Amino acid sequence: MTCSRRDFLKDTVSGSLVSALPLSAFTLISSAEAAAALDESKTRWAFLVDTTKCVGCGMCVKACKNENEIPYDAAVTRTWVERYVVTKDGTTHIDSPMGGRDGFIDDKIRDEEIEPEDIAKAFFVPKLCNQCDNPACVQVCPVGATYQTNDGIVLIDREWCIGCGYCVMACPYGVRFFHPEKKVADKCNFCYHRISNGMDPACVENCAFGARRIANLKDPDDPVAHLIRTERVSVLKDEYGTKPHVFYIGLDAEVR
Amino acid sequence: MLDEPVVHGIEWTIKELFVYPNEFIYWSIQIVMYPYMTGLVAGAFVLSSLYHVFGQKDLKEIAQFSLVFSLALLPVAALPLLLHLQQPTRAMEPLLTPHFTSAIAAFGIVFTTYALIVLSEIWFVYRKYFVEQVYALKEKAGLPNAMKRMVYRVLTIGAYDVSDGAIKVDKKAATVLAAIGIPVACFLHGYAGFIFGSVKANALWMSPLMPVIFIMSAVVSGIALCMLTYIVIMEWKAFRQRRAGGALAAGEIKGAEEEIISKAAKYLLGFLVAAISLEMLDLIFRGYTAMKSWDILRSVMYGKDFLNIFVLQYGLGNLVPFALLILPRRTLFRTVIALVLVLFGVFMMRWNVVIGGQAFSLSFSGYMHYEIPVIPHSLETFKEGVFGALTVIATPFFLFWIINKFVPSLRRDSEGS
Repeated sequence: MTCSRRDFLKDTVSGSLVSALPLSAFTLISSAEAAAALDESKTRWAFLVDTTKCVGCGMCVKACKNENEIPYDAAVTRTWVERYVVTKDGTTHIDSPMGGRDGFIDDKIRDEEIEPEDIAKAFFVPKLCNQCDNPACVQVCPVGATYQTNDGIVLIDREWCIGCGYCVMACPYGVRFFHPEKKVADKCNFCYHRISNGMDPACVENCAFGARRIANLKDPDDPVAHLIRTERVSVLKDEYGTKPHVFYIGLDAEVR
Repeated sequence: MLDEPVVHGIEWTIKELFVYPNEFIYWSIQIVMYPYMTGLVAGAFVLSSLYHVFGQKDLKEIAQFSLVFSLALLPVAALPLLLHLQQPTRAMEPLLTPHFTSAIAAFGIVFTTYALIVLSEIWFVYRKYFVEQVYALKEKAGLPNAMKRMVYRVLTIGAYDVSDGAIKVDKKAATVLAAIGIPVACFLHGYAGFIFGSVKANALWMSPLMPVIFIMSAVVSGIALCMLTYIVIMEWKAFRQRRAGGALAAGEIKGAEEEIISKAAKYLLGFLVAAISLEMLDLIFRGYTAMKSWDILRSVMYGKDFLNIFVLQYGLGNLVPFALLILPRRTLFRTVIALVLVLFGVFMMRWNVVIGGQAFSLSFSGYMHYEIPVIPHSLETFKEGVFGALTVIATPFFLFWIINKFVPSLRRDSEGS
């Protein structure tokens, strides 16, 4: 059998065209189209933190670490509590030892003694993933391993994350980290496995003071959603345009 | 202790004042190496294109060398990324399921396009040589020669036509590819700048100037490395000629070398001025607009990182080599010193961007210091330590040594003339 170069090229082109034909039965759709094709969700999860109620006991951090299997003594955590002490000279002292896991039992902040009479104000601020409407982390993931569900939660596919750390860099809130055992990106997801089954997130369930509450913004009868709508709430770092969905009551200008 | 899982970054991050609990230096030395090596690739290619496209005839010899050298550098641009991934076995995923809103997703496509351009340009430039080798080796006996001939036969891809017409077509193709290659090389590196410049969460990185600054410093470093390697190789050749008793031939090599180096040095200076001007513009603009982040940026740039930025990068890495190259009665020795300093300066620029960008907390209330692991005690401290970086630096020279055995980029009478 002889096969000239011209014949070879001809056959290659026609062969690849024929084999590509069945592929044309598929159409490419954008992620927005895919979302529209699915049912419009009746849920948009949000979170309400009342900083005036937080006492810094750290039960939320403990509960989160146990619930979500984040190594208990590792420095990283899905949620944490910050302590702010503003002294009368205008200085702000902030700390969060072990993410506030064990409460704030030491008066000192980084070995610095602050006299009670010097304190102008002091408070605690719990932090967690903001489940942004315009999440920077989802935008920068090169493989689509982190994605947003249609009820607003940003999730991570542990089987597909390559561990490049771009999402960790892109998050303005510093909520992301590498899971010490799984070696992939990790962060708070409002305990998606619990809220999808009618339960509260672990931190909400374990907050004895009602400082943390979960809301479904699309439910007109949701009491927490009602609070978010009617109270004067604020969000963290809105200048980044990420549209965060953790709302705060009593947020001080000093909070970073 | 061994069972305790290690938090990534905790081994080389030292925190000061208030830093969020999850913040560490996640992007360490390998992410410094990545733009550095990519920059060298892009710069080497641009230098070779100055001859192929713009007909800078006096750059001919260094142009062929830098074209082949950019091929040797190419795989090494991807190596740091591989070493840095937490899941290196999933490295192909950005090609399999690219998520195109991410700057990194384009890497596979840009990188592959660029690799194809470099490979095909080299093929067109050296095709005649491959054919000649196939015929020349036919006469020689022995297994090594037969194997070598086999390699060259594969390299020709069956195109044995070396008539004047065919060679003309080759030359034209090489020129067209070099011309396409310039924007692609700039894109390859400009987009590395975009990866950083588009991170809105990072006050130091976020700047539309970042890609342009990256391209300029890339060309500077690429030209410097090509010049340096070229000088070393030519000096070695001249030295061998002299030892063999060929003082005349050695003198000839040196004469040609000096001419090329002084021409290439002019381009180097031009790009160096452009790079410094852009960086200064960026710095002045940040200070003048004094956004919320300026307080912490200033304390990092003028305080904690002053030595790294102003002494090592701008002073030793830019100003000193600039003076060394521009002052009259430039000697070869002075040029070598200047080139080494230029390469060091560009490395410090990458360092100050990547590590400097993580030197302060997202809370703007604390700092992080990077202590590069020297003696590795685990795979991670090897990969993201001094030895990991040295591995990356050494690889292109090793690759060049192999490639140059088949594609002699340093023959003084090579093709394309």
